[in-house]
This record gives sequence, structure tokens and C-alpha cells, in this order.
Amino acid sequence: MSHKILSKEQLSENVFTAEIEAALVARARKPGQFVIISLNNEYAERIPLTIADADAEKGTIRLIWQRVGKTTAELADLKEGDEIANVAGPLGKPTHIENFGIVACVGGGIGNAPLLPIAKALKQAGNKVCSILGARNKELLILEDEFARLSDELIITTDDGSYGRKALVTEPLEELCKSEKKPNQVFAIGPAIMMKFCCAVTKRYNIPTQVSLNTIMVDGTGMCGGCRIEFDGQPKFVCVDGPEFDGHKVNFDLMMKRLGAYKDLEQKAHEKYQKHRCKIGLDKT
Amino acid sequence: MTDKERQQLLQKLLEKQSRDKLTPSDRFEIPPQDMPEQDAAERRANVNEVALGYTPTQARLEALRCLGCKKAPCIKGCPVQIRIRDFVCAIADGDYTQALAIIKENSLLPAVCGRVCPQEVQCQQTCTVGIKFKDPTKAVSIGRLERFVADLDKDNASIPAVAAETGMKVAVIGSGPGGIVAAADTRRAGHDVTIFEAFHKTGGVMVYGIPEFRLPKAIVQREIDTLEKMGVKIVCNFIVGRTRAIEQLMKEDGFDAVYIGVGAGLPRFMSIEGESLIGVFSANEYLTRANLMRAYDFGKSADTPIVQSKKVAVIGGGNVAMDSARTAVRLGAEKVYLVYRRTEKEMPARVEEVHHAKEEGVEFHILQSPKRIIGDDNSRVTGIECLKYRLGEPDDSGRRRPIPIEGSEFRIGLDTVIIAIGNAANPLIRQTTPGLEFNKWGNIVVDENCKTLLEGVYAGGDIVLGAATVILAMGQGRIAAAAMNEYLAKKKKSI
Ligand SMILES: Cc1cc2nc3c(=O)[nH]c(=O)nc-3n(C[C@H](O)[C@H](O)[C@H](O)COP(=O)(O)OP(=O)(O)OC[C@H]3O[C@@H](n4cnc5c(N)ncnc54)[C@H](O)[C@@H]3O)c2cc1C
Ligand SMILES: Cc1cc2nc3c(=O)[nH]c(=O)nc-3n(C[C@H](O)[C@H](O)[C@H](O)COP(=O)(O)OP(=O)(O)OC[C@H]3O[C@@H](n4cnc5c(N)ncnc54)[C@H](O)[C@@H]3O)c2cc1C
Ligand code: SF4
Ligand code: SF4
Ligand code: FES
Repeated sequence: MSHKILSKEQLSENVFTAEIEAALVARARKPGQFVIISLNNEYAERIPLTIADADAEKGTIRLIWQRVGKTTAELADLKEGDEIANVAGPLGKPTHIENFGIVACVGGGIGNAPLLPIAKALKQAGNKVCSILGARNKELLILEDEFARLSDELIITTDDGSYGRKALVTEPLEELCKSEKKPNQVFAIGPAIMMKFCCAVTKRYNIPTQVSLNTIMVDGTGMCGGCRIEFDGQPKFVCVDGPEFDGHKVNFDLMMKRLGAYKDLEQKAHEKYQKHRCKIGLDKT
Repeated sequence: MTDKERQQLLQKLLEKQSRDKLTPSDRFEIPPQDMPEQDAAERRANVNEVALGYTPTQARLEALRCLGCKKAPCIKGCPVQIRIRDFVCAIADGDYTQALAIIKENSLLPAVCGRVCPQEVQCQQTCTVGIKFKDPTKAVSIGRLERFVADLDKDNASIPAVAAETGMKVAVIGSGPGGIVAAADTRRAGHDVTIFEAFHKTGGVMVYGIPEFRLPKAIVQREIDTLEKMGVKIVCNFIVGRTRAIEQLMKEDGFDAVYIGVGAGLPRFMSIEGESLIGVFSANEYLTRANLMRAYDFGKSADTPIVQSKKVAVIGGGNVAMDSARTAVRLGAEKVYLVYRRTEKEMPARVEEVHHAKEEGVEFHILQSPKRIIGDDNSRVTGIECLKYRLGEPDDSGRRRPIPIEGSEFRIGLDTVIIAIGNAANPLIRQTTPGLEFNKWGNIVVDENCKTLLEGVYAGGDIVLGAATVILAMGQGRIAAAAMNEYLAKKKKSI
């Protein structure tokens, strides 16, 4: 099966998007699901990325990724026409979409990417969608136009005030919860810390809140248990039981620690790749 | 025994045999041939295969130990009833081609089974020679002989013949041993066969579970290559139940029959305090990182990180536990403990691997089990608190039940815990395939032909048997394929 990159774009300093041939995935996928990709057969790491959008007829999917380590950097260096060796999916349970009435979609950083297909589907199901998008600064904000198009209301926050409101996303979220536009359901996707605090807010107002978790994964089919989290005191596997969960029952503190488990080693792989890239650069000059 | 001495002995025995003078007591006197092995100290630092294989002289000497029993009780011990007596006899005669042909009548993967079958509880348990010495490890080394002839067939020149195309389509889900055999046997009957595999590599547990030092991946790859040469199509990265459901494969994609061989593969945890701490792994995760994604090469070429452990405890006593412990040794751990609730006698692991693990410095802690896992402020493992056990009356499995001794708590300091207490059935097929029947453990219920409740749908291997063995999975793949071939022949006639 061929997984050619048909088009590729840089959305911000470290965020990229590409349209990729993946006919079977495009046909089967539903909002909330993800793929696992790897860049070669022998040594590559398998990384999960959300299917941000898909065109079933064309047989393509859209991925949006942030360059954080070796594999995402290598992916960012691929060009149109290049192939991705392996794309497996769609994985995970689809989001439960219905007409809840008013919904709030809260995205932080790269979390806007997985949030987009969900917000789209919620809108199509007849919901009134209020989107709150947060970023550290203006440059790092992604997908604003797409969210503007589908949202009944769009609130932007930046940590440094370089764009939109100078605030964290929890601020407008709390205001919304207090107002007459109090949402019936909240979807929050972003860094674990952001989801944790969004859930703390919505819990106070008793609003059910779905979060999408980005744990470290290996197989994505329930075989390894590496993606496990503590949910309501019980172990759950994000790849098969999730990635979406009732945020009020997730042990975020433990999850954040587990995410850091491989930091040093990932750093090494990334540095090695950077060096390798520099060398390639030198060859050309 | 030196090689020279072996050759002389062999000459003497052959000469005696040619005069029909070789008696059973002569045969009992032939020393059991030890497997040449990589030195224990050396192999701790590499992932190359530990057992190096018999020389032809050794193989023939070992084969001459066989009494050629009339009833050949060994055959009953083999789940696929290989004609053991006849192939061993062929080896004694030096006719290796014939020996392999006999094995291949019943087993498609002799190079694999010869290496990983738990022979001491199968064919070698019922072997007369072993019974005479009251020790199955002193029986005729049937597995090693099987491996010997299989390894001679390196280029796999013998591609099985394929019948004329029938136009019927078969989907095989999962590329483990059961799937490989089901695919080969249905393809031989002329059907159009496609294997769908969730991972990016084929071979199932033989590739991502069992380590290189026990089963070189090249051997499994050779079997896959044979399938491709026979015209079997292989589609990787395809998760049945997610990419396509079984119903879609049959109703929309035109598959006439399906074999489900998805394995067990949902790791069990112990439900004790501290299992979510950093540094606690399922054996599946640990072995997959090490094998499939070659984390042992990290820093050289692999991108997949694996923890650099100093002190490791592996919980469990099966093959999976031994493989994890020995992998940890090779990844540079200073101390590797194997913690098991019962005694060595009850360990389900192959005797040979228990022996190898000890040689490689794995420390056995028997009659112990962790009560909780202890971590530091950063949620990293620092140790386990164990209870001591004693053995009580036999339980359902026939093994004596371990009973905790109250107040016997003690601690072991560690940085890594690998849990290898078994797998449960992966629920994906269950969740996405209405109409199948499952038992209380989540395994698919099949009849004696491996047929499920759904028409045209067959299943075998670990998803049916629970965690089993390569040869049992293979046997079921074979039974299912025969039933599928029959079903498809009928179906074709009725069209
Ligand atoms: C279901 C799911 C969907 C995801 N969807 C997307 C997506 O649409 N777009 C996207 O950019 N990312 C997504 N992620 C996160 C993405 O998988 C990781 O960023 C990626 O694995 C990093 O790989 P790397 O080799 O580049 O970096 P690594 O070398 O693996 O890591 C570099 C740094 O990133 C951190 N990191 C590693 N894994 C994760 C993770 N899973 N989440 C957050 N930080 C991590 C590490 O701690 C380290 O500091 C998703 C994760 C999951 C589980
Ligand atoms: C570490 C370890 C050591 C072992 N050692 C021994 C030993 O020494 N001797 C022995 O006899 N046995 C051993 N076993 C057991 C033996 O490997 C298994 O019993 C055997 O492999 C089961 O075969 P199977 O045909 O059921 O498929 P498996 O080998 O389990 O393979 C199933 C395949 O299906 C794929 N799959 C799963 N779900 C899907 C899906 N939805 N769609 C598509 N594909 C899917 C999986 O990725 C996998 O490749 C060991 C097992 C392990 C884990
Ligand atoms: S397949 Fe296994 S059980 Fe059967 S003869 Fe060979 S080693 Fe023995
Ligand atoms: S039981 Fe043992 S001695 Fe007898 S035929 Fe079989 S392998 Fe040979
Ligand atoms: S990624 Fe392996 S079980 Fe979820």
C-alpha cells in the first residue's frame, strides 16, 4: 500500500501538516481516531498521530504534527512525493457525537489538530459550538481559520497576550460555565496540564468533559499496555479504551509523569538526528 | 567427547547396525548429544542465537539412540503427530532429505518448532528412551534433530505446489504460526489467499515476542518468503475490526472464508499497588521494544527507546518471563531477579530456557510474589515488597497451589519491574464481530474443525486456546485450513 505525501505545509515554526495517501484508513476513519506511523521497517519508532481530516473518495488523510523529537522532525523533513513506510489505522474508539445542545471545544497548542475533526462533527450534528483556542504566543496558534469557519463563537487566548486575550484557556472556559451559555458538554484536548485544569473547572460546574489522551504508545492495538493510565482507580489502555475519556476520572498527575519516562533517551535520539541532518547539509555546500 | 571420538563411535555403531547387531542396550549406551552453545559469559552481551545446532555426526549419533519402537509412543506426544520414528530413522541413515520430507507432511515450520516446542512435556515426555532414564531431557532429542534437518534446507528450495486457481478468496487475520499454516494450506488448494497483519512486520509472537537469541528472525522470514513465492498476498498495517470489519471483508470485499488467528495479546497485570509507576512494564511492551523495534540497538540505529535498567525483577515463571529476564541481561542490567510464586518444578517455561537463564546469571526467587510496587516522589520504581509462599494442595491445573505466608513481607530494591504473568484475549474482534461466540475468558468458541458459529469463519491459535504454543497454533491452522478447503469446494460447486 502506498502512502505518498501529496502536499505538505508548515503551519507555524514547529507545526506541519500533510495530506497523505491512505485509502483504507480514509474510508474507515471517524472523528477521534488516530493512526500509527513509522518511517522505515527495521529501526523506526512507531508514533501515534490523530487523523485531522480525511477524504474518503480521494483516499487521503490529513495529519498535523508538532516537531518535538526525532520522528516528528524526520517527518517534517520529508517532501511532497516522499513515501511514509507504514500507516496503520484507524485506531482508537471514535468520539461519541450527538446533539448535546451547547458544546465547548477547548484546544491547547497542537491539541487543536485532534480537536478539529471532533468540532466539525459536533457542528454537523447540530450543536452550538463555542471554541476556545489557546497558544503560548501568536506564532504558535494553529488552525484558527478552520475553527472560525465552524464555530458559533471563537475565543483565542495567548499566554503572552501577543494575540487574542492574554489568559489561559481555563479563564474564558470558567466564564462560559458561569454564563447563560453554559455548555452541556465540554471537549478539551491539549497538553496534559491544560486538560487537567480544564477538568478541574468543569467539575465545579458539573459539566461532563471528554479529554483525548496522548500517552506514549508502541503497538496501538492493546497488546503492550504501555499506554495505560489510571482511570477511576482502574488501569485502562488509551489505544483501545480511548483515546477519549471522561476527564473527571483521569489521574492526570500520574499520566504526566509517565509521559516523561523516556525524556532523556528521546533527547539523545533527537540530537543524533539533528547532527546527522547538519552533516547532510554540509555535503551540499 | 571430541569430534574425532564421535566420528569413531558413529563408524563403529553404523558398522554394527549394518550387521544387524545393534542392540537396544548398545543404543542406551550412546551418550545423549549435548547441544553446542554460545558460551554463557559471551552471550550475555549479544543477541545471537544461543543454541548453535548439531553437527551431522552428532545428529546421527543422537538418532541412533532411538529404539524404533513399534508403537512409537513419541508420536502421541506431538500435537501434530509427526512420524517421529521414521524421520529419526532416516537421520540415522543419513538421509536428511527424506527426514525433512516426513516432517513436512505434518509440520510446516520445523525450524521453528524444533527450537521452541516444549519437547519435554510433548514428544520427549512419551519417548521410551526418556522413560527408561526417568528423565525426558535424556529422551531422544527429537526437537534438536528436527531443527538439524530443517536448517539444512536453508534456501527453502521446496516451495509447495499450488493447485489450479479456484477463484475462491480466503482472508487470514494475523500472521502468527497458525495464520502462516492456514494461509499455506488454503493456498496449496488453489485459493486466492490474503494475510492481514496489524503490525508492520509479519510473524506474530515469533517476531515481536520470542527473542532473536532463541529464534532468529531470519528463520521466520524464510517461511514468510515461501508464502509469498506461493502467491499468498500479505497486507501489513491492517487492523481487522478497525481498518475493515470481518463482515465487510466477507460482504463487500468478496472473501469466501476467513481464518482468525489474532493471538492472545492483552497483557495481564496483577492489580497490585504501584503498577502504574514508571519502570513497570508488561513483558509484551518490553519484548516488543527490544525485538520488533530493535531497541537493543538504540544509539546505533534504532529510534525506539528502552529503559537502561540496573536492577530488574521479572514476575512469572513461563517462557515469556525467561525471555524477558534474558533480554534484560543482554540490555546490560547488573542484577536480574526472576520472582515466581511456586517452585521451579511448576514453572511452565521450557526446561532448557530455565537452564540457560540460570547460566546467564538470572537469580531465581521462588515461592515469592510481590504484594506491592514501591516508587519515589517522581513515580519511579524503587523496589517491590514481596510475600513468601508455600505450596498447598493441587489446584485445577494440577499444580500445587501457592499460599502466602502471613507476615513474611520483605523488600527488594529495583528500578524496573517486568510483569510476565500471561495474556488475556484481545477484545477487538469480539467488539467488532457480532455473531461469534466467546467463552468467559474471551476466547473464541470453535468446534473440532476450528469452525466458529459464523458461516465461513474459522479460528485457531491463542485466540481460541488461550496462551498456548507455536505447535498447537500451527496444528489448529492446519485443521482449520482443511475444513476451509472442504467448505470452499462445496461452496464452489453450489455456485
Ligand atoms: C492518540 C494520540 C494522538 C496524537 N495525535 C497527535 C497529533 O495529531 N499531532 C501531534 O503533533 N502529536 C500527536 N500526538 C503526540 C505524538 O505522538 C508525539 O508527539 C510523538 O510520538 C513524538 O515523537 P518524536 O519521536 O518526534 O518525539 P520523542 O523523541 O518521542 O519525544 C520528544 C519529546 O516529546 C515528548 N513526547 C513524547 N511522546 C509524547 C506524546 N505522546 N505526547 C506528548 N509529548 C510527547 C517527550 O517527552 C519528549 O520530551 C498524539 C499522541 C497520541 C497518543
Ligand atoms: C515471549 C513469548 C515466548 C514464547 N515462547 C514460546 C516457546 O518457547 N514455545 C512455544 O511453543 N510457544 C511460545 N510462546 C507462545 C507462542 O508464541 C504462541 O502460542 C503462538 O505464537 C500463538 O500463535 P497464533 O497463531 O495464535 O498467533 P500469534 O503469534 O499470537 O500472532 C497473532 C498475530 O495477529 C496479529 N493481530 C492481532 N490482532 C489483529 C487484528 N485485529 N488484525 C490483524 N492482525 C491482528 C498480531 O499482530 C500478531 O502478529 C511464547 C509466547 C511469548 C509471548
Ligand atoms: S513438532 Fe514439537 S512436539 Fe512435534 S515432534 Fe517436533 S518438537 Fe516434538
Ligand atoms: S519413543 Fe523414542 S525411542 Fe521410541 S520411536 Fe519414538 S523417539 Fe524412538
Ligand atoms: S499502545 Fe500498546 S496497548 Fe496501547
